[in-house]
Amino acid sequence: MRKYLFRRLAQTIPVLFGISILVFAMLHLAPGDPADMLLGSEATAESVEKLRHDMGLDRPLAVQYVSWAGRMLQGDMGRSTVLNRQVLPEIIKRFKATLILTAGALTFAVVFGVGIGILAATYQHSVFDSVAMLIALAGVSMPIFFTGIAAILIFAMDLRWLPSSGMYPAAGGDIFDLLRHLVLPAVTLGAVSAAILARMTRSAMLEVIRQDYVRTARAKGVGERRVIWVHALRNASITVVTVLGMQFGYLLGGSVITETVFSWPGVGQMMVRAIQARDYPMVQGAVLLVATSFVFVNLAVDMLYAWLDPRIRYS
Amino acid sequence: MSGQTSQIAAEGKAPEAEKGPARQSLLSRLAQNRLSLVGAFLVAVSIFMAISAPFLPLADPNAVNTSDRLADIGAPGHLLGADELGRDILSRLFWGARITLAVALAATAIAMTVGTIMGLVSGYFLGWADTVISRVVDVLMAFPYFLLALSVIAILGPGLLNGMLAVALVNVPFFARIVRGTTLSLRESDFVLAARGMGAGHTRILFRHILMNSVSTLIVATTLNIGWMITAAAALSFLGLGVQPPTSDWGTMLASGRQYLSAAPHTSLLPGLAIFFTVLGFNLLGDGLRDALDPRMREV
Amino acid sequence: MTVHSPKAKAADMDDKTDAPLLQVRNLRTEFDTHAGVLHAVDDVSFSVDPGQVLGVVGESGSGKSVTALSIMGLIARPGRVAAGSIELAGHGDLTTKTAAEMRKIRGDVISMIFQEPMTSLNPVFRIGWQIAEALQLHRDMGRKEAMEQATDLLARVGIASPEKRVREFPHQLSGGMRQRAMIAMAMACAPQLLLADEPTTALDVTVQAQILDLMVQMQHAEGAAVILITHDMGVIAEMAQKVAVMYAGVVVEEASVGEIFDTPLHPYTQGLLASIPRGNSRGQELQAIPGLVPNLLHLPTGCRFRERCPAAHGPCAKAEPPLKAMPHGHKVRCWLHNTEVPE
Repeated sequence: MRKYLFRRLAQTIPVLFGISILVFAMLHLAPGDPADMLLGSEATAESVEKLRHDMGLDRPLAVQYVSWAGRMLQGDMGRSTVLNRQVLPEIIKRFKATLILTAGALTFAVVFGVGIGILAATYQHSVFDSVAMLIALAGVSMPIFFTGIAAILIFAMDLRWLPSSGMYPAAGGDIFDLLRHLVLPAVTLGAVSAAILARMTRSAMLEVIRQDYVRTARAKGVGERRVIWVHALRNASITVVTVLGMQFGYLLGGSVITETVFSWPGVGQMMVRAIQARDYPMVQGAVLLVATSFVFVNLAVDMLYAWLDPRIRYS
Repeated sequence: MSGQTSQIAAEGKAPEAEKGPARQSLLSRLAQNRLSLVGAFLVAVSIFMAISAPFLPLADPNAVNTSDRLADIGAPGHLLGADELGRDILSRLFWGARITLAVALAATAIAMTVGTIMGLVSGYFLGWADTVISRVVDVLMAFPYFLLALSVIAILGPGLLNGMLAVALVNVPFFARIVRGTTLSLRESDFVLAARGMGAGHTRILFRHILMNSVSTLIVATTLNIGWMITAAAALSFLGLGVQPPTSDWGTMLASGRQYLSAAPHTSLLPGLAIFFTVLGFNLLGDGLRDALDPRMREV
Repeated sequence: MTVHSPKAKAADMDDKTDAPLLQVRNLRTEFDTHAGVLHAVDDVSFSVDPGQVLGVVGESGSGKSVTALSIMGLIARPGRVAAGSIELAGHGDLTTKTAAEMRKIRGDVISMIFQEPMTSLNPVFRIGWQIAEALQLHRDMGRKEAMEQATDLLARVGIASPEKRVREFPHQLSGGMRQRAMIAMAMACAPQLLLADEPTTALDVTVQAQILDLMVQMQHAEGAAVILITHDMGVIAEMAQKVAVMYAGVVVEEASVGEIFDTPLHPYTQGLLASIPRGNSRGQELQAIPGLVPNLLHLPTGCRFRERCPAAHGPCAKAEPPLKAMPHGHKVRCWLHNTEVPE
């Protein structure tokens, strides 16, 4: 396991390097001169020249990259050109909100998706199976912005069960207020993943149930419930975890849209505004943080995968 | 055949039923799957909307008429109502289909072309080309999909063309990986070795032999992917980062309707439903094509 | 083995000379397919005495495995045991048992080992866990005690350093070792009947002999009866006392192992025997029976073997021959040995 962990850790290094190059290049790939963009159109030629020098833009790209990467590693992501504040604290504050949203969506997707998938496989060809799979089939094609708007219409405006925007009431609130505000965005964001997980779990379970070792378990006298929930599920979970890892990327990306629909004060909503305002330090910081955290989530998923599958753990 | 049937029975499993003629036509296999027929129908409807928009007696999609502001479904002159500027929603749905589908199809074409070339080169020549391409693909795949699209927009700026490029770039690694895989398995196959033995050049082998034999995989991958492309392009428009006014696709219609959600929910629900059914159509058709053409793709 | 079940086992042992341990009568197992009902096992009867080894032999597709799974009660949809009875001494007719009752019998009174040791063990659980599970299910045994017992069992099936192996996963063991572990698992509760479905087919030739030796040794030690399913007449000669030859879902010949090898009556049995490679017939071409097992959905009229039979003649096309009793406890299903030929 330790060997596998180190090998897998080593693989993240080139990927992190690649991400940093891409984020660094953002400013330079954009049309126009970075200093021009930062200062706006009214700046004088002198001030632009001074900024170019201050930013090191007159030095070779490799040198610029090294000093930029050094600052990033120290947590200095520069100042937002719009808010005129340090980028990092701002992003971290908002990243927390995004993590809460994503975790909520993931929980919903796993509990409902995996649960329904197992039940559908157990009662294959039943009415429950057919209905659940039809809903899942449609659910995979539901765009977040459409699900979100429909959810607001039904549950917030019509039934008035749940709030439609924000994280807390305007006057502030406790954890229960947070949970009430979390339900609609989390379900909206997690719906597609739940649908995909339900379908994948079902097919993984059906695949596993056909295996020889399940027959062995039955031949031992193991009861049907234990066959499903212990012998089969443990094997199917290997496939499920792989799908889950891919879904995490979808959730982080989808959170941008969800946050906009539900005015959730996360990093995605902020990123959209920053892109529109061409606030490059902010965009760069956000992309760097989200992409890096995704790399480590994938790492964690692979560890979980190895823990579940001894054939990987012991090789 | 008969021996096989009884062997399966001997293992205590249900023997497969007698199969018809070994090679059925693609169409009849697709037709057996009722859901893929539904998918084909939905896709046909959206394509019809896109193509027929200029030829149908529709209202001018950009004609502002404040007296018809937020007209309800079935209001006189507006079968599906009107938006916040009194523009006819039915007409805008038809014209919006053109933009939505054009962006998605163009993005798909770009992603497929670039990804296929990368995959072919990487899987066929191996060596340093493969190393470089695979690393690039790894890094692109390390981004959450939509974040990568946003990053491209951040670089190029919002707009229809840039949105299309962003969506295309995100899907390049998807195609590159699939094509690299099929190329790797095909490059050692007998017909490629035979072609090489007969003195065929690399270009001929790559495009004539390997690419031609990857076509069915590519068709399936593309169909399965278009749904996502449409969603992503519409999402960019929804966020105001894709198509810019006065041009409008279903994503921008939804975004502008959202502000009048309580007064006129149909202004945002209708374009939302249009996106949903189109994406559903492509997904159902893709599922059907995959089962009929290339069952191995289930794992992708 | 010191573990003994508290069940009616001991009582049955007393009258082992009279009553068979297992009596299968007119068993019929069917599968629903899109093309119709398939009779995988079609009116099969046989019996096994306590401590006896019955060899069931036939090509793949002859219904051997389905017969075994029917006895285990492991025929799942779309298959079913449609007719017949399976009497197990002290337990009654197994075909009438509920799922819960069968669960208590499986792995305890009857257990089974399978053809593919590579896929028959669950890849994500430790060997010891998988053996201990059987003990915990059927014996009132805690986890710790069951694990100790599992280690003992591994030692008894000839696995070196069992304390280490008990904590390993299936992929860390060779095919032969996995089959030994399967045998340990099957023997864990000292069953009265062991079903072995081609237990050596998937193994290397040298390992095959070791596994067969181990089975003989375990069978002697436990006094368990064995139904040994194989397509290999050599294995039959080595292990079995009684032989049932199956073809396309029916028993075509049944006799003691001596009778089968000395005076095989059915042309199919003769064909199987001729296909054994013999040391003294080197250079001579190996005789295989021409043709394939017929499709069970489209059986030929009359005798099922007719189309492949070198001795097929007039009556064979007209009716299926009955299984007729011959001298020396021999039974055969063939018009060559039956004078009541149909019109």
